[in-house]
Amino acid sequence: MVKYIIKRILMGILTAFIVATLTFFIMNLVPGGPFLSEKAVTPQAQAAMEAKYGLDKPLFIQYLTYMGDLLHGDMGVSIKKRGFTVNDIIGNKFPVSARLGGLAVLVSVCIGVPLGSIAAFKRGKTLDNVIIVFSTAGIAIPSFLTSTLMMYFLSVKLKLLPSLGLDSPASYIMPVIALSLYPTCYIARLMRSSMLDVIGQDYMRTARAKGVTTFKSIFKHALRNAILPVVTYLGPLLASLMTGSFIIEKIFTIPGLGHEFVSAIPSRDYPLIMGTTIFLACFIIVMNVVVDIAYAFIDPRIKLK
Amino acid sequence: MDGNLVDIKHEKLSFFTPVGEVKALNDVSICMKEGEVLGIVGESGSGKSVTAYSLMGLTADNGKIVDGEVNFNGHRIDLMTEKEMRKIRGKEISIIFQDPMTSLNPVYTIGNQIEEAVRVHGDKSAAEAKARAAELLNLVGINEPEKRLKQYPHELSGGMRQRVMIAIALACEPKLLIADEPTTALDVTIQAQILELMNDLKQKLGMGIMLITHDLGVVASMCDNIAVMYAGEIVEYGSADDIFYEPKHEYTKGLLRSIPKFQEKEYSALVPIEGQPVDLLNPPKGCPFAPRCDSCMKICLREKPDRTDFGEHHYARCWLHAKAAFESRQGGDR
Amino acid sequence: MGNIKNPLSLQLNVDDFLPASADEKESLVIMRESVGFWQDGLRRFRKNKIAMTAFVIVLLILVLAFIVPPFYPYAYEQQIKGSERLGIMEYSAKEMERMAAGESVFPHFLGTDQNGRDYTIRVMVGARVSMTVGIIASALILLIGSVYGAVAGYFGGAVDMVMMRIVDILYTVPDVLIIILLAQVLKFPLQNLSKTPGFGWITSLGPNMVSMFLVFALLYWVGMARIVRGQIMVLKQNEYVTAAKALGATDGRVIRKHLITNCIGTLIVTTTLQIPSSIFTESFLSFLGLGVQAPMPSLGSLASNALNGLQTYPEKLFAPAFMIFIIILSFNLLGDGLRDAFDPKMKK
Repeated sequence: MVKYIIKRILMGILTAFIVATLTFFIMNLVPGGPFLSEKAVTPQAQAAMEAKYGLDKPLFIQYLTYMGDLLHGDMGVSIKKRGFTVNDIIGNKFPVSARLGGLAVLVSVCIGVPLGSIAAFKRGKTLDNVIIVFSTAGIAIPSFLTSTLMMYFLSVKLKLLPSLGLDSPASYIMPVIALSLYPTCYIARLMRSSMLDVIGQDYMRTARAKGVTTFKSIFKHALRNAILPVVTYLGPLLASLMTGSFIIEKIFTIPGLGHEFVSAIPSRDYPLIMGTTIFLACFIIVMNVVVDIAYAFIDPRIKLK
Repeated sequence: MDGNLVDIKHEKLSFFTPVGEVKALNDVSICMKEGEVLGIVGESGSGKSVTAYSLMGLTADNGKIVDGEVNFNGHRIDLMTEKEMRKIRGKEISIIFQDPMTSLNPVYTIGNQIEEAVRVHGDKSAAEAKARAAELLNLVGINEPEKRLKQYPHELSGGMRQRVMIAIALACEPKLLIADEPTTALDVTIQAQILELMNDLKQKLGMGIMLITHDLGVVASMCDNIAVMYAGEIVEYGSADDIFYEPKHEYTKGLLRSIPKFQEKEYSALVPIEGQPVDLLNPPKGCPFAPRCDSCMKICLREKPDRTDFGEHHYARCWLHAKAAFESRQGGDR
Repeated sequence: MGNIKNPLSLQLNVDDFLPASADEKESLVIMRESVGFWQDGLRRFRKNKIAMTAFVIVLLILVLAFIVPPFYPYAYEQQIKGSERLGIMEYSAKEMERMAAGESVFPHFLGTDQNGRDYTIRVMVGARVSMTVGIIASALILLIGSVYGAVAGYFGGAVDMVMMRIVDILYTVPDVLIIILLAQVLKFPLQNLSKTPGFGWITSLGPNMVSMFLVFALLYWVGMARIVRGQIMVLKQNEYVTAAKALGATDGRVIRKHLITNCIGTLIVTTTLQIPSSIFTESFLSFLGLGVQAPMPSLGSLASNALNGLQTYPEKLFAPAFMIFIIILSFNLLGDGLRDAFDPKMKK
């Protein structure tokens, strides 16, 4: 177990290193620099600025310097947001995104799992068909459409909910629904098919033959087996909700990490682009490890090695 | 009740599928006394498992008893609700399944699953249930029960798992144990061990056993009576001796011919039964075995044969015996 | 065990006990006709009403997107002066005059945008862009993923180890981040490249679209590669592969002839389900303004542009939104139907 975690962490560090290197060079391939767009900058001033941030040195030296700092946990200073280190910005913005994404994951699991299970147990009945229709339709709507349509109907037309920011609990409603619609429907579909699979298993028949109640056979014997595919999906889901929130954060003008990243690219804020990418990559890697460990706890057949 | 543990009378059971009604059981009658060992023999799809499952109310949702009665130990199984059935399952009737690899829940320990069976019926405390589980493991010949209780199914071999299944089945000391092809999925050497174990347990606990198999060799040593099923019907029923030494139905004879006989010195070829099993969606009008029968007559294709009795507990359904009777009567008329 | 009917109660005669001929016996055995894999799958697919409906809708959308636009009275980039910001079925003052003069004016079913471009044709061309991206990207993914997966699965051992570690790493890369980054990065080099002779086609497609394909090709094949590898690992254990090898077939031939053909069902299903997910990503990028270049519309950019006038012209959002929904939904249903029909695991 410990050996496995160490192995995964080493693998994760390698991945993060590769991502960092790739991002660094891709980013520097983009023509232009952080100071080109600003007007009334004399060549001298620009050179001075570039010298200040080390951008005048050869690319490879810049790379080495950056990676050296990264090893100490220093991701540099934002070029555009004067006076803020990248660590500060991530520390401020990530909790916003994480809270939103975490809520959305919670909602998707809490709704998707029961919906899928109910559909499986009512296979072929009206309720099953209703759930299938809704979940199939739900995975066909991109989140930006859900959010814009909701914004139009709920805030513009009916004026029920605030349309921007995250100031009140009510303002969480629309972003969370927009973020969780797709995963909820996806989990419901996943859960339905895995539940149907489990219901047909011999051990469910064994449980029935023992005289176990239907309720207990569902909750004890079926659920734990059927939820395994959902657990596998949770890793990528957590990742995609963090990244999916780019668009949601843009639409609802939420001051999250995704918003920060999207606006950092056009302004060539190199340290910030690097910082967010590496941070998100690490986050995804950690989430995947956590999910794998959770999986091994639920399914004793899985040996972590 | 007339003292019979199992009394199935003219049971007809069908599965209602999108393609049509599959008549899985067609007028099946079975009697078992307490402590009796009955073997049900037949090929896949002959209805042997369905018969046993209907006794436990475990048939799939689309399976319905269309006609007849199913009596068990004074209960009318065919009239009981799911809730009433649940009180009987595992307590008065238990079952062990064909494939021990998939019949145990992979995510719970052996101990957990045996204790569950112990605690479902009755009000044993957790500690008592644990003690009982260990005792059961001892009973089915698993050593170091304390250690085994903490293991997961995938950590045990197939034979071990089948022993665990038997332990689960015996948890509440049932009156009847249904064994649905208990050895089919196991290695030959393990098969013998499991059969021996079941024989031992029968001696010790005195319960009735319904042994379902497609292998006549398996039933030979254990069973008091044997029912041979074909296409949802019992084509021949009799004591083990009757079936083995005086088979009356062509299908039974065919089955016996297809068992390898090692004791015979001469080389004798195995004789397979040619042809395909019947399609239960469109069951034939006459004798279901007719298309594969070497002695098939014109009447066999047209009419279902009735029972011909050869003694108190031995009967077969075959036109050949009617023919014999018919000819002797014709002779008498002359 | 009473209740025995006398077997002789039936009217019987001697003829009944004559042996039956083989033909008579044969007539009772109803043989089910044997059907091949494709026939069987197609038959099941045709029976699936939902999937067939989805298939028809996909065909209709293809017709709308690719065949109708050239014959449509308006072009997607044509700016009609004086007809800006028309609502559904509205006509501008100029057009009213022309109609009064007896000229026939083709109606703007969905109105026009702020530049006086007919919105109906823009939605159709937007659907064309989305479909093109979806189909080409999926084809790229299919090609790269299946070849990569087949090679890894077939050779196994160290080759497989290294190849699958690469896949693992790509799997953990935050894809959307990299896509956004690459879309930005590739824009300028591709624009420059399009000026060099021989690469003029880039301009016609738009550099953004090309960079999108590159991104898909670089990142999204990993899922396909994993699936194909898994299939190949199972298939290569089969005896007929050993037999082919024993007969001296080359590795390439075994992969092509025996392995790929045997997982073709899985490939078709996965690719069909990949199309909507590529369209999803495309519309997402276009919505962020990283997709196709103006004046070329895409469903995502149309939806994005409609946000500003949402209060007054909500239909400008609804039309592309509905189009995206229908396209993705019908491809998903089609893919589900194909899976049910061709995935042998589901066979009942």
